[in-house]
Amino acid sequence: MIALSLTPTSSWYLILSAVLFAIGTFGVLVRRNPLVMFMCIELMLNAVNLSFVTLARELNDINGQTIVFFVMVVAAAEVVVGLGIIVSIMRNRAAMTVDDMAELKG
Amino acid sequence: MEFFVFVCASLMILLGAVGVIVRKHPVHAALSLVLTLFGVAVLFVAQDAHFLAAVQVIVYAGAIVVLFLFVIMLLGVDRVENLRTEPLSAQRPLAVITCLGLLGVLVAAIVNGDGALNERGEGINLPDLQNGPDANTVQLAESIFSRYVVAFEVTSVLLVIAVVGTVLLTRKAKSSVK
Repeated sequence: MIALSLTPTSSWYLILSAVLFAIGTFGVLVRRNPLVMFMCIELMLNAVNLSFVTLARELNDINGQTIVFFVMVVAAAEVVVGLGIIVSIMRNRAAMTVDDMAELKG
Repeated sequence: MEFFVFVCASLMILLGAVGVIVRKHPVHAALSLVLTLFGVAVLFVAQDAHFLAAVQVIVYAGAIVVLFLFVIMLLGVDRVENLRTEPLSAQRPLAVITCLGLLGVLVAAIVNGDGALNERGEGINLPDLQNGPDANTVQLAESIFSRYVVAFEVTSVLLVIAVVGTVLLTRKAKSSVK
């Protein structure tokens, strides 16, 4: 019953978003499927959005929510372009991992 | 009550995030991503960002994840990835150290900076009898369409460029069609 009377402060939200960001970073560093790496980048973007909204409430300022709106739009554009690149690369070689994409290597 | 919501949403977020990086199958990873995105939307509602919660569900969980699943289907890459193989030696231990270090730095900064912020904005309207049920949406719209209207227009240009660029990227060369 003590737990139910606790109110999460903004530090809790910020620490949660830090954990989410670290998990996303770990995924980008470890996974080799380009699509899954993209999903991990989405995780990191969501962690940043969460901390923006938390700080908007903390500062009592609507601009934090406005920038989350723009982050979402840019994330959508980024996903569209990134998936287009992945489709055009993987159309020929379906079973690819990022380690095989060394075309630009000198 | 807010504590209960926070714990449930945190569990959704963390389970989904771990699911994205440990599931072998890309489709399962995408579905775990949906769980995380819904958890973030719940926390948006808990922090009175109602419009952003709606956009989160519609744009992220709707459009973006469907796009991921569509590409997985289109490319036929839904085969199971062997997570046991480690292409670079010591890649995973180094990744663990990097992420724990990153997490440590962030948490230390958050704990140190706790209470250092003071309110300085004009306030976030909460939906009540005076402001009406759509207070958050109205206030966000006023912010976007007055102060940030140039950024909003530039964003629309960015979206057009992204769409045209993707069509160009994924189109087959004309010579190979005929």
